[in-house]
Amino acid sequence: MALAFSPDTERAFDRIVRRYPNLRAALIPTLFLADREFGYLSREAMEYVARRLELPPSWVLNTATFYTMLRKRPTGRNHIQVCVNVACYLRGADQLGDHLKKQLGIGFGEVTADGLFSLEGVQCLAACGTAPAMQVNDVYHEDMTIQKVDALIESLRLAPQTSGAATGQGGAR
Amino acid sequence: MIAIPANPGRGHLLRCGPGESILDISKHQAIGGFLALRKALSMQPAALIDEVKKASIRGRGGAGFPAGTKWSFLPKDNLKPRYLVINADEGEPGTFKDRYFLAQDPFALLEGIAISAFAIGAHTAFIYVRGEFVSEMRVLEEAIEQMRRAGALGRSVLGSTFALEIYVHPGAGAYVCGEESALLESIEGKPGRPRNRPPFPAVAGLWGCPTIINNVETMACVRLALQHGAEAFLAMGLPRDGGPKIYGLSGHVKRPGLFEAPLGLTLRTLIYDFGGGTLDDRPIKGIIPGGSSTPVLGPEALDTPMDFDSMKAAGSMLGTAATTVFTEGTCPVAVLVRIARFYAHESCGQCTPCREGTGWLERLVESIEHGTGRPGDADLLLSAANQILGNTICALGDAAALPVISFVNRFRDDFEAHITGQRCPYGAA
Repeated sequence: MALAFSPDTERAFDRIVRRYPNLRAALIPTLFLADREFGYLSREAMEYVARRLELPPSWVLNTATFYTMLRKRPTGRNHIQVCVNVACYLRGADQLGDHLKKQLGIGFGEVTADGLFSLEGVQCLAACGTAPAMQVNDVYHEDMTIQKVDALIESLRLAPQTSGAATGQGGAR
Repeated sequence: MIAIPANPGRGHLLRCGPGESILDISKHQAIGGFLALRKALSMQPAALIDEVKKASIRGRGGAGFPAGTKWSFLPKDNLKPRYLVINADEGEPGTFKDRYFLAQDPFALLEGIAISAFAIGAHTAFIYVRGEFVSEMRVLEEAIEQMRRAGALGRSVLGSTFALEIYVHPGAGAYVCGEESALLESIEGKPGRPRNRPPFPAVAGLWGCPTIINNVETMACVRLALQHGAEAFLAMGLPRDGGPKIYGLSGHVKRPGLFEAPLGLTLRTLIYDFGGGTLDDRPIKGIIPGGSSTPVLGPEALDTPMDFDSMKAAGSMLGTAATTVFTEGTCPVAVLVRIARFYAHESCGQCTPCREGTGWLERLVESIEHGTGRPGDADLLLSAANQILGNTICALGDAAALPVISFVNRFRDDFEAHITGQRCPYGAA
């Protein structure tokens, strides 16, 4: 089936393109819409965005592959990103990361077999005063401890399964 | 001597303490909101720029360039539209101050934007927010909507003939987009690769139009300077560095967080008075004073005032005044691994010295940390770093090289101990 935006996303897309003097400037916000709508940016998703913005697909690929938050492959329903940079490192980020790897049975860059979790070590989240910090999908979790991580994982396991582990709605309310 | 505030958790810029916020426009108005904007709209733009120059506001994004001077670079005879772009791509490790405005006090930022846009004659402003700040972007969009409904944005800002729209534009996870010309590329929908200058953005920026790029905190400073007047604002800081500053504190301290004080605060006051001292009262080993790219200092620098000129004289930089502290017992090579890895990861790959050099630095520091360093590697690090320095289009190359040079020079014995002992003496690897 050919990819297409839902009516809600279509409205967000309309709002976005109106802000700019040309369609290319709407590319990154539109890629976020596609990422959220389709789960990740498959080749088809990028080609769809290219058609909607009247851009060569190569331009879309060029931009999409430059930015880490635009997902080129699927993540788990709960995409856990642990900051591994200096301020978090000094406050125990490695212990948190190791604990998560053990609890979930996966390494950084991997997805659990049930698709519920994926894990990633990320660069500075700008939450250094509340280190160690991590982000699950769109939501920050700060001042983390092993106990808080365990409670969080438990609550995510029990949470109703909402659609899509979208990262970054990108100013497209 | 500067006056030390009794409660540095709040002040003129930090209107909200931890856990507090001003998300309702009526709350902003109740504490003097839009007085500064009304005052600005009653002035001539040229007089407004003079006022900002008089206030001596140095850009709060890290470089400390005077905001009023930057504005005066706009060409007078260019008929293209002008843009104001706010850099909210906060990503320099250690720095977390702009997020405060986005999440807790958006109207201070938005009012500063409206004043600045009027001063430079821009009718469209973009706030480029790092993509991870999803909830912050929602807060900002809601605040913009409230301002529009209150008549403080749109075709007639507060009943004047000045029209302004403010849009939020998301970043997507690239530190280099905090560099102003890369940020413009990113808004245009391209990979964030810095541009060669000249032309400078003030002449040819967004879509080739005259563009001013300012930091979030700078906008809050503009608002403050207008509200209290340039002289009063200047008196809150130093003659050459006007106004208060938000200091960040992280790492091995008892009370990390954001604090407001005049520019020129000493590191000692920040770390020991505001931050409550170090964890377990251990002695300090290293102080990264203004974000991970600023050269590391030691405890001998504790009495250095934190302003742009004094920090430079001490061999480092004020940067974003985001101080990260680590204490004795911490392996400095392991700390540098995190920093070197970051810059290697974030290099855009455009300039060879940075693309190749940052990867080389990362691998060398890692190999030393893991006990596989060879004699001469410390000098090799210095040589590689020095060949990046000054040889790239943007400052990311320097940002990668400076911490390496400063760590090797300051902690030379630690580096050599790793190499001769063939292991990390701190057991960190």
